[in-house]
Amino acid sequence: MTTDVSPISTNGAVYDAAERAAAAAPRRRRQLILTLRLAILIAIVGGWEIASRTHLIDPFFFAMPSTIVQQLWIWITEGTSQGPLWGEVLVTLEETVLGFLIGAVLGIAFGIVLGRDKLLADVFSIYIKVANSIPRIVLGSIFVIALGLGMQSKVALAVVMVFFVVFANAFQGVREADRSLIANARILGASPFQVTTAVIVPAAMSWILASLHVSFGFALVGAVVGEFLGSRHGLGLLISTEQGLFSPAGVFAAMIVLAVVALAADYLLTWAENRLLKWRPPSFADVGT
Amino acid sequence: MSALPTADSPAIELIDVSLRFISPTGASLTALRNFSMTVRRGEFVAIVGPTGCGKSTTLNLITGITKANSGQVKVMGKPVAGSDPRIGFVFQTDALFPWRSVLRNVAAGPLFRGVPKDAAYTKAREWIARVGLVGFENHYPHQLSGGMRKRVTLAQTFINNPEILLMDEPFSALDVQTRIVMQDELLDLWSASNASVVFVTHDLEEAIALADRVYVLTAGPATVKAAYDIPLPRPRVTSEIRYQPAFIDISRHIWEDLREEVQISYARTQLATA
Ligand SMILES: Nc1ncnc2c1ncn2[C@@H]1O[C@H](COP(=O)(O)OP(=O)(O)O)[C@@H](O)[C@H]1O
Ligand SMILES: [Mg+2]
Repeated sequence: MTTDVSPISTNGAVYDAAERAAAAAPRRRRQLILTLRLAILIAIVGGWEIASRTHLIDPFFFAMPSTIVQQLWIWITEGTSQGPLWGEVLVTLEETVLGFLIGAVLGIAFGIVLGRDKLLADVFSIYIKVANSIPRIVLGSIFVIALGLGMQSKVALAVVMVFFVVFANAFQGVREADRSLIANARILGASPFQVTTAVIVPAAMSWILASLHVSFGFALVGAVVGEFLGSRHGLGLLISTEQGLFSPAGVFAAMIVLAVVALAADYLLTWAENRLLKWRPPSFADVGT
Repeated sequence: MSALPTADSPAIELIDVSLRFISPTGASLTALRNFSMTVRRGEFVAIVGPTGCGKSTTLNLITGITKANSGQVKVMGKPVAGSDPRIGFVFQTDALFPWRSVLRNVAAGPLFRGVPKDAAYTKAREWIARVGLVGFENHYPHQLSGGMRKRVTLAQTFINNPEILLMDEPFSALDVQTRIVMQDELLDLWSASNASVVFVTHDLEEAIALADRVYVLTAGPATVKAAYDIPLPRPRVTSEIRYQPAFIDISRHIWEDLREEVQISYARTQLATA
């Protein structure tokens, strides 16, 4: 057998080039995606603006991107009719976060207790099904009547919106916890309480976190609708005021503020989720983003 | 004859045990019938039998997870009652906690049993070193190979100093080379302990290579078809022992018995799917 050294070095060079090309491909792809996304945004916003200015669509009903930006600018610099913009954002955010936290804690606690106890689960499942089938948003009216125009009624509505989603996921997560992990923990010496904290809760964690993700959005809906139904402050009231003034630009501007709040929260939750679930193997779903 | 437990009562005794499973629809399935088995202290017993014959059920009887309909199950001379801290169990499926690092997986037993954190982690590091995983303390199970995960499992089990070690086809998911390495590893850890072992497998060669005594079960309902003493000297090296003439003789002899049961069991599955 003979060994030839030169082909190895040329091969090495070839591989280097191939590797570089392979490394450059994902970067080019990301740039392409970014460019396409920007193009679509410009097309929509620009198309909307042009269509409104040429009266293809009626700017009185559908506003124009430029008037929406103007409205936003006025709110930021001079404040809204109800006070400074950040104050309104803060009110809504406070209701949302409070409702989210209370609803999530209650949902997780009930989910774990009922998931662990077959009898309780069988007894309560019927009531939860019934409660879950009621369109919960209508409870907002009750809360405004019972709890007044202040913060409590919005928080209550947000809690109700969040609770069932988190509960259902926590319950499911507990039920799906791996039997052999539970058996292993018991054999290793875990008490029933230790099984819950060391196996059940971590096993249900990915389910719970997934539900927290969705339910923050629900909490925001609860708070805004609550404000809509009756309040003195908040972005929901702002939308309802602008609606009363026949100002679509104002409604859209408030929507943009809400979207920014929701996206920021989503970003925070994703960050927290990745930190809590760092034991998980990276999945294909994570690769694209 | 005295029924009192003594220091020299066997580690495990199953005396004329029968067990029927009743399904929610009312159909019943006899898993064990007149099953008797004795494991002496410090003995390594292997159980072989066709799939579905009732091997796992036997282990569950010893842990007390499953209760017998008739007969007696004794551990260290006393009837089993609730969970016994002297028993260690290695499961067939991967039962490491995926959200715990190697260190915290190995330390799980002492931590559950109330050992202070520092002491538990120090002990865990010792066991991680004994199974050759130094440097992997902070890895998560999904970052390890199948063989490495089994090492973690062994460390997690042996750290509790079990007097009785039950293993349910622990190496069946591993490739052949890794399996043989793990068998040697197990014999190593076992010889340094004084544990009595019941090792369930469907691999006859594995049973002979490891055990002092091999029980061959009948196709379900399981009963002991025959028990064989394995007079191969220790310490054994499982990778080499299987080429010794004595090993091959024993292996052929037991296989004659086992083959019938495998054929019965196979014929049943053919009937069931036909
Ligand atoms: N909890 C249970 N309920 C009903 N049947 C069971 C249960 N556990 C095991 N069986 C049945 O008992 C028989 C023996 O099972 P098992 O001990 O798991 O077999 P092996 O471990 O030898 O493959 C099988 O036919 C199985 O379907
Ligand atoms: Mg089995």
